[in-house]
Amino acid sequence: MDPFESIKQTFFQECDELLTDAEQGLLAMESGEADDETINAVFRAVHSVKGGAGAFGLEDLIRFAHVFETVMDEIRSGKMELTDEVAKTLLRAFDVLADHVAAARDGGKVEEGRSQGAYSELRGLIGGEDEEDDLGGGGDEDFGFVPLTLSIEGEEAPGGFIDLDAQNAEAGVEIPATDQASRDELASWTVEFSPKSEMYAKANEAGLVLRELARLGETRVTLIDDTLPPLDQLSAEQAYVSWRIQLFTDSDEASIREVFEFVEDDCNLIISRDRAEPSVAEPADDGLSDDDRAAAASANADLDIAALLARVGGGDADAEPEATPESVAELPPAAPPEAPAEDVAALIARAQSVAAPPAAKPATPAPTPAPVAAAPAAAAAPAAVANAAPAAAASVTIRVDLDRVDRLINAVGELVIQQAMLSQRVLESGLARSSNVALGLEDLELLTREIQDSVMAIRAQPVKSVFQRMPRLAREVADMTGKRVKLVMEGEGTEVDKTVIERLADPITHMLRNAIDHGLEDPEGRAAAGKPAEGLVRLRALHRGGRIVIELQDDGRGINRPRVRGIAVERGLITEDQVLSDEEIDNLIFLPGFSTAEVISDISGRGVGMDVVRRSIQGLGGRISISSEPGKGSKFTMSLPLTLAVLDGMVVTAAEQTLVAPLSAIVESLTPRTEDVHYIGGKDAVIRIRDIFVPLIDVGVALGFRETAIDPASGVAVLVESEGGGKAALLVEAIQGQRQVVIKSLEANYQQIDGVAAATILGDGRVALILDVDALVTTQRRKPAARPSEKRMAS
Amino acid sequence: MSKTVLTIDDSRTMREMLNHALVEAGYRVIQAVDGVDGLEVLQANAGTVDVVITDINMPRLDGFGVIEGVRANPEHRATPILVLTTESDAAKKERARSAGATGWIVKPFNPVKLVDAVRRVAA
Repeated sequence: MDPFESIKQTFFQECDELLTDAEQGLLAMESGEADDETINAVFRAVHSVKGGAGAFGLEDLIRFAHVFETVMDEIRSGKMELTDEVAKTLLRAFDVLADHVAAARDGGKVEEGRSQGAYSELRGLIGGEDEEDDLGGGGDEDFGFVPLTLSIEGEEAPGGFIDLDAQNAEAGVEIPATDQASRDELASWTVEFSPKSEMYAKANEAGLVLRELARLGETRVTLIDDTLPPLDQLSAEQAYVSWRIQLFTDSDEASIREVFEFVEDDCNLIISRDRAEPSVAEPADDGLSDDDRAAAASANADLDIAALLARVGGGDADAEPEATPESVAELPPAAPPEAPAEDVAALIARAQSVAAPPAAKPATPAPTPAPVAAAPAAAAAPAAVANAAPAAAASVTIRVDLDRVDRLINAVGELVIQQAMLSQRVLESGLARSSNVALGLEDLELLTREIQDSVMAIRAQPVKSVFQRMPRLAREVADMTGKRVKLVMEGEGTEVDKTVIERLADPITHMLRNAIDHGLEDPEGRAAAGKPAEGLVRLRALHRGGRIVIELQDDGRGINRPRVRGIAVERGLITEDQVLSDEEIDNLIFLPGFSTAEVISDISGRGVGMDVVRRSIQGLGGRISISSEPGKGSKFTMSLPLTLAVLDGMVVTAAEQTLVAPLSAIVESLTPRTEDVHYIGGKDAVIRIRDIFVPLIDVGVALGFRETAIDPASGVAVLVESEGGGKAALLVEAIQGQRQVVIKSLEANYQQIDGVAAATILGDGRVALILDVDALVTTQRRKPAARPSEKRMAS
Repeated sequence: MSKTVLTIDDSRTMREMLNHALVEAGYRVIQAVDGVDGLEVLQANAGTVDVVITDINMPRLDGFGVIEGVRANPEHRATPILVLTTESDAAKKERARSAGATGWIVKPFNPVKLVDAVRRVAA
């Protein structure tokens, strides 16, 4: 992939995280729980979004993020008071910001009015200033992002990247930078450069500046060291030398000045254009290119040491080997600030330490002030390079392609099956349980389990990615319905399989919409009921018994049971005289075709009802139920398996088939007594279990394996409970035992079959179908025994 | 041996950009995710980091803190530091300068200019 596309992807991924953080911060700000760090974090998040947007030239996003950032900056610096109104404005603007990010990612555009509206609102907070600020003007040119092409040949010298070695190799001993003929056409500049000590204190080096200058054209450098005192009076922290450089270049003054950009304030700099043609005699050319010469400068330190040493003895400035015009001298880089004044001996030692081992550390940026301290560091350096690198770059996460994880999971699934088959064969072979083989197999089984759990954990992700979309949704629905909502979320860190997460988004979205639209009263209604105007919706995730449970609770009006019952009767879902418990009435809302909203609003009633929610939850092997208290609110509880890859099942036999019933649905199993089984209308069986009658479903018949049901007394009844509390007893011939099975999707490999959720491969290698308990129960209940006139067999 | 640049930025996007441009130009790059991390990483790589590039706005410890931390460390008192700043942050640029920053890189940066700036300060 194009590296910039890849970085861009990183940017949008990071944006998701940043927006999540920002939103949480903004919510905390709204509720008054935000401390300084929270506000700072929001600022930084928006700042980072803007920074990345700038790099990719995403103008709309930049503009919006900028004004957002400005408001945040005012708040964090205390210039703007964080009122409730400000917080609400920010939250609204945040949604637009998120839209801008999405638009930038998907190549769309945010609706102009919406964007401009939020923009103006933010502007309004800042107040006073002009519509467009600095962003519109000079800053813009910087936002162009030029993809990196560091071609060595194609670059202009200024600002370009020139490989010294490559150029020399091509150019041989010729003067490459500017030849004699063209030099006459070049302007001549004189640059006087006198660093102050502050320049060195900031780790700038004169030698580098000179080398940089030499890139603009041919230079003749003169060292001015008139003020250099004798060595014994030399202060390590002072800057003594300066340079006069004659430069032949076609660059303009701005380009020359740019070379001094970092040091401009810490040096005296005079740049002037020479009027006369540079008709002076050729410099005593040594055949070196400017680059060579500049590069050589750093190696010239010994020259200066010689001069310095000479001065210690002589004390005057006569014998100056470095006074030749073309020598580029580099002082042993000046001492950093606060360095203790060194004595002469130390200075010499330092100078020598610079000069002596040029091969050892040619790239030393600047000598460390105290050689004593430097030595161990230098010695330790190679080791540090060797092992510090991975540690430094270490991150606690790695990114792995999902395909690879899935391949691994599949392989582990096969391993589990293989291991089970092996165990079974060993068992069948008659080896004693205490035999070494059997014991070894037991260990293997434990280990396999452990591997499986670990692999599954790789796919596990916090539900945060789904939860994080909800606050916005809540705000939108609240706006549309004119209600006030506070959404409280807990357990965002609860982990569950990635596939489960992906498929959780729709049900939760739908339920949240419902809770606000139907569950909560409007502010007047709430006031009348003595509740705070702001409705509370609580979204919670937690682990319970090897499953993930998601609860959505509101403090609204609760289920209106008489009305629900009435509607159910009206739609023929129940008969008028049917006796239902409160719980059963509540769960009627999950029946297909049930919708309590008389006017289908565009929020909740999108043609889908709670039955769709329920089906999608069931599709994940989950259950959903509701509990409600009139006037106090409702609570939806979803419980889902942590993974879709394995299932704890009860292996049963029916019609000579081996089938698996999900353990999570099973309440109990029992042997039916003939006197407990009754037939309604002569055919539909019910069984009495502790004074409750439940349908007795012959699984073999229900799945079409046989025409007539077996004698209940000869089989085993497995009492199962479906979502919504519906119970039924599944009649099978025998129970083989409990087993964890690896789920193989039927839909993916064959097609969907009513009453069958999936398939698996058992230890003996046979394929077994996994029962869709809910479908079995629902089918039975929908053609209820209570209405024998409409009776249809499930088969 | 290629020179080593320590990049300190809390934005992954920015780190990847810096990384890409610098690695392309032949530098070895070490990344740190905030100021505290940056100083720790610098300490762990004492003596081998040739240039430090740091963002200003970061959690835990901001860019100014990084500059002060680097300059206070005898080992790295003379290590060049480039700050990442935006054009509008003139005051921040000045503050970074007086804290001891060697130079600056204006965000959003052109990779060529970035490498240019690094080369200008890396001995």
